[in-house]
Amino acid sequence: MSDLRDLYQDVILEHSKAPRNFHEMPAANRKAEGFNPLCGDRFTVYIDVENDSIRDISFQGSGCAISKASASMMTQTLKGKSTAEAEKLFGTFHKLVTGQAPANDTADLGKLAVFSGVSEFPMRVKCATLAWHTLHAALEGKQEAISTE
Amino acid sequence: MSTAAEKLGAASISALDVEKVRRDFPILEQKVHGHPLVYLDNAATSQKPQIVIDAISRYYEQENSNIHRGVHFLSERATEEYEGARKWVQEFIHAPQLQEVIFVRGTTEAINLVAQSYGRVHVGAGDEILITAMEHHSNIVPWQLLCQEKGATLRVVPINDQGELLLDDYEKLLGPRTKLVAAAHISNALGTVNPVRWMIEAAHSRNIPVLVDGAQAVPHSIVDVQALDCDFYAFSGHKMYGPTGIGILYGKSALLESMPPYQGGGDMIASVSFEKTVYNRLPYKFEAGTPDIAGGIGLGAAIEYLNSVGMDKIAAHEHELLSYASDAISAIPGVRVVGTAKEKAGVLSFLMDGIHPHDIGTILDQEGIAIRTGHHCAQPVMTRFGIPATARASFGLYNTKAEVDALVRGIDKVREVFA
Repeated sequence: MSDLRDLYQDVILEHSKAPRNFHEMPAANRKAEGFNPLCGDRFTVYIDVENDSIRDISFQGSGCAISKASASMMTQTLKGKSTAEAEKLFGTFHKLVTGQAPANDTADLGKLAVFSGVSEFPMRVKCATLAWHTLHAALEGKQEAISTE
Repeated sequence: MSTAAEKLGAASISALDVEKVRRDFPILEQKVHGHPLVYLDNAATSQKPQIVIDAISRYYEQENSNIHRGVHFLSERATEEYEGARKWVQEFIHAPQLQEVIFVRGTTEAINLVAQSYGRVHVGAGDEILITAMEHHSNIVPWQLLCQEKGATLRVVPINDQGELLLDDYEKLLGPRTKLVAAAHISNALGTVNPVRWMIEAAHSRNIPVLVDGAQAVPHSIVDVQALDCDFYAFSGHKMYGPTGIGILYGKSALLESMPPYQGGGDMIASVSFEKTVYNRLPYKFEAGTPDIAGGIGLGAAIEYLNSVGMDKIAAHEHELLSYASDAISAIPGVRVVGTAKEKAGVLSFLMDGIHPHDIGTILDQEGIAIRTGHHCAQPVMTRFGIPATARASFGLYNTKAEVDALVRGIDKVREVFA
């Protein structure tokens, strides 16, 4: 039996209740909207990119605890990283939540490793990755809202 | 001295024996995540009694063959069983004629059939189709497709904060360009029972036909299409303890006769040449191709089962359960019920302060409790209430008060996790 506490770790609950960088960013030069039609989660990710570096990042929207905490911690992690590093972290994070990451491969993720419990709850992988998919779309300059379906 | 009829009456008002009913559903015996399964997602699909599972197996083991064409023994038997199921359906919904009962894949296909066949002929540029704000996507999108094609307009009857239709607005929206009303009998997201009899009368006084989406009504109450006087009534087998992949469109024969076929193919023709094809009579005109024969037979068995339990008993049992659950759930601090219409059936949608329905669903699942979370294929309803989603418990004939108690304990657990 998978333990709920593996999924709802304290740090995740804390971020879901008090998300960081949770605001609009009028100065953003990249922006994308992500939508999970299955549960109605909807986020906008704002990025201010200069010289392939993420100078600032924020998000807004509504979603479940997992998607909100994931978005919050993603913004914390990515501030100051290069866009290439961000894309690489997305790949590692995706492997983590789908249970495909070897233990030594997730060191880069730092605090984001608390999401490893998601792999026991396959229905929630989309929640954990919504913000990341939206980030990816924003970095690629996609105009249309992206969907997890 | 009591008469036989009185005895029968006395028996029918006695309570449903829910423990006996539960033994008819093998799936309910299992444990989920170490807890007894508490299945409260009946509005999405219901579980199947052994008699339905057996009917499907028996068909494939002993009767499998194509219907309406073979002269051999098995084909005759399969045809008899399949057409026998149609008869069960006719009696179950009190349709005047057997030919008015059309087998389709489900409610969705039934509505699409009417939109594409009736709608294409009778709806033109500038005309209007009237639906309600509480429709399932399957009673919205087929009409949007039709309206786009024809240059017609989709009009929507609004609802109040309790989730009840604004009937004055409904009457005002019935206009000279209204070609059809399509409305849910019972809302899948809110549980509201709409006054469809009254709505049909109001529409008919202006010569407007009415389609009723009965997907949520048929498993919970006695449906009488003659008493309703509806022109079309659509429902699915799988929400009424029958198999998936089979459903029914009831239509008044005069309307059905006037409508072109929905799909072309075998079985829907009387004769075919390259110059001219003569269509088959009702109901076969609308049943192109080999149907879901096992599904039809399974649906017949589900109706036999519902009749044996008694729809009046089922309605009374579920009514009591819903009122017990509504009281219990709304008494929990921080919980709000969405959809508080005076007339409700089967469905209890709720929200918890600061906790997303998706998280509620995952935590309840760990307790073995199956509910639905999300927009319930009724996004406009969510928009109306300004919410992204709800958690929804929906009841069936086999649910118990003990299961409602388990749900209440589960909700306490959710609050604990998020405390």
